[in-house]
Amino acid sequence: MSERTFTRYRLIYTLLSIAFVVFSGFVYTQAVPENNKVVSSKAVQGKMLWQQHNCSSCHQLYGLGGYLGPDLTNTLSSKGKGRDYAAAIMKSGTQVMPDFHLNDAEIEALLAFLEHADKSGNNRVHSYKIGRDGTITSEGETRK
Amino acid sequence: MKRNPATIFIATALAVLLLGMFFGMLAAAQYVLPGFLKEALPFTKLRPLHVSMVVFWLLLGASGCVYYFLGAEKLLKRRIRKWIFLHYGLVCFVAIGSAVAYFTGNFGGREYWEFPPYLAIPLVLAWFVFLGVFWRSVSGKVKRWPVYYWMWLTGIVFFILSLAESYLWLLPYFGSDLVRDMAVQWKSYGAIVGSWNQLIYGAAFFLMAKISGDNSFAFSRKTFFFWFLGLTNLMFNWGHHIYALPVSPFIKHTAYLISMTELLIFGKILWEWKHSVSEMRQYFYRIPYRFLVAADVWVFLNLGVAILMSIPALNLHTHGTHVTVAHAMGTTIGINSMILLALAYYIFGQVFGPLSGKGLTKAKFGYWLSNGSLLVFWLALMGAGLTNAWFQWYEPDMPHALLMQQLVPFFAVFVLAGIFLFIGFALVVFPLLQQFISGKKTPADPSIILPTEISETSKKKEYANEYA
Ligand code: HEC
Repeated sequence: MSERTFTRYRLIYTLLSIAFVVFSGFVYTQAVPENNKVVSSKAVQGKMLWQQHNCSSCHQLYGLGGYLGPDLTNTLSSKGKGRDYAAAIMKSGTQVMPDFHLNDAEIEALLAFLEHADKSGNNRVHSYKIGRDGTITSEGETRK
Repeated sequence: MKRNPATIFIATALAVLLLGMFFGMLAAAQYVLPGFLKEALPFTKLRPLHVSMVVFWLLLGASGCVYYFLGAEKLLKRRIRKWIFLHYGLVCFVAIGSAVAYFTGNFGGREYWEFPPYLAIPLVLAWFVFLGVFWRSVSGKVKRWPVYYWMWLTGIVFFILSLAESYLWLLPYFGSDLVRDMAVQWKSYGAIVGSWNQLIYGAAFFLMAKISGDNSFAFSRKTFFFWFLGLTNLMFNWGHHIYALPVSPFIKHTAYLISMTELLIFGKILWEWKHSVSEMRQYFYRIPYRFLVAADVWVFLNLGVAILMSIPALNLHTHGTHVTVAHAMGTTIGINSMILLALAYYIFGQVFGPLSGKGLTKAKFGYWLSNGSLLVFWLALMGAGLTNAWFQWYEPDMPHALLMQQLVPFFAVFVLAGIFLFIGFALVVFPLLQQFISGKKTPADPSIILPTEISETSKKKEYANEYA
């Protein structure tokens, strides 16, 4: 490899790295729509419980997570479901879902977290607008 | 004594692979047998046991290969051995620590690394040691680096950065906002996967150079061009994981544009290499070569799926279904694992000599069994995912339990294929572990000269022509 080629490669590498840092900064600060800014401390507590019990090994939020249970992003606002239904399942589990022996305060916190998830956007397949160019737009993206 | 640091890494990796697959089988069984092991080893424990162990297989295996090749190039100084063992010890500590955490139900609750966050500290330290050893070994000749050194450096550095980034959620600014947290989480995961790909693909390039006796491609402009394109992917294409998230469209469009070309790039190079190696040379390295061919085929299969899945309008349907799982399994088993097995067979062949006749038979049978069952496994997951996508679109109100019932036939095939996949891999791995445990070098047939033992370029050419 000649000196010139090396210098050129180093330059490309450096430029890519700078672009990556700038892009990361963008993601950290700008990526999220305004409607997400206020999060109750209860919801934060619920999120910690969600992680401690590894609920995401079975459940998804926005389609990310495990596949044994349903996606929970919008459970609280779904027809025939809602808070009481979710609380009942969390209280006792099902044939597949374990009973985590959660107390009422923990269930409240998890409900607050699921509410935060529900309010952040709409993850139902039919809610996305499909563009001609193959892109999709979600409701939460444009809502302010 | 043939058990050098590189082979210790690789042998451990192979054992961890079997362990990880075993947990995977148990976890998969819970898809078809609801309630199976629900108390003793619930899915919350089995899934991370499976995922983390197979990730450790990739990390340990890739590190071992890098160390082997550095050693083969006479770049590893003796003094540095203790650092390599420190790297090894730290990774093993995290692997064992995470298994203990999962068994006892102590979770950090993040995908891939569901262990408590403090266990990430020794893991990052291990990679700093890796970086130190690597840099000490090759820094003198940066200007003459073949592409795989660039890849390894990138792989090591990005692993550190991305692993650290994946813990930003510990700061409330990131952690308490679900959408921001998920965006950053999947940004970092995209790069973590990319970082082990850099290590593994880099090692595959090195192997190709060894097998063909010609490493000029590792300096060519074309190779570097494609590598930079791959690097761009590592940095910017992770957004396809989060098309569904309500984040800035700029991120999604960037990902869409850049898309998953990395597999294409690699497939192209592998493809060209295949034509350039003469029949006879392929024969000598039959088993490693075969595994690379398998990886080739899996690159093409997964490339097709990856490109389709990176179109948001299609991703909308496949996202959150087993199509994603098929893709993840196809790439980590079909591509990453096949390449690592090729490398393991090559390296153990060099260190411990040729396999016994029995070992060879096992390896060949295991090869076909694992690839055949992986195909069935992959198709079953695709079938489950596409069926799920269909119901999701046409019957969005179908209860989850009912939906899962529709998918049971696919899951049954998936579990069965998974069992055969495990047996196939066990047959592939056992002969290598046997060699390692015996620790002796079997004498090679003296009438056979390995191409790698010919150092003069002119003689190499002659040799190639002779057998062409
Ligand atoms: C072993 C897998 C598993 C784990 C772990 C799990 N769940 Fe579930 N969960 C399920 C399944 C499966 C269902 C659907 C009901 C059924 O078919 O049994 C469900 C249903 C639910 C529902 C009702 C959703 C709906 O749309 O019907 C909620 C809410 C819920 N789970 C919350 C949680 C929370 C919170 C945790 C963690 C503390 C958790 N789950 C952990 C498997 C799991």
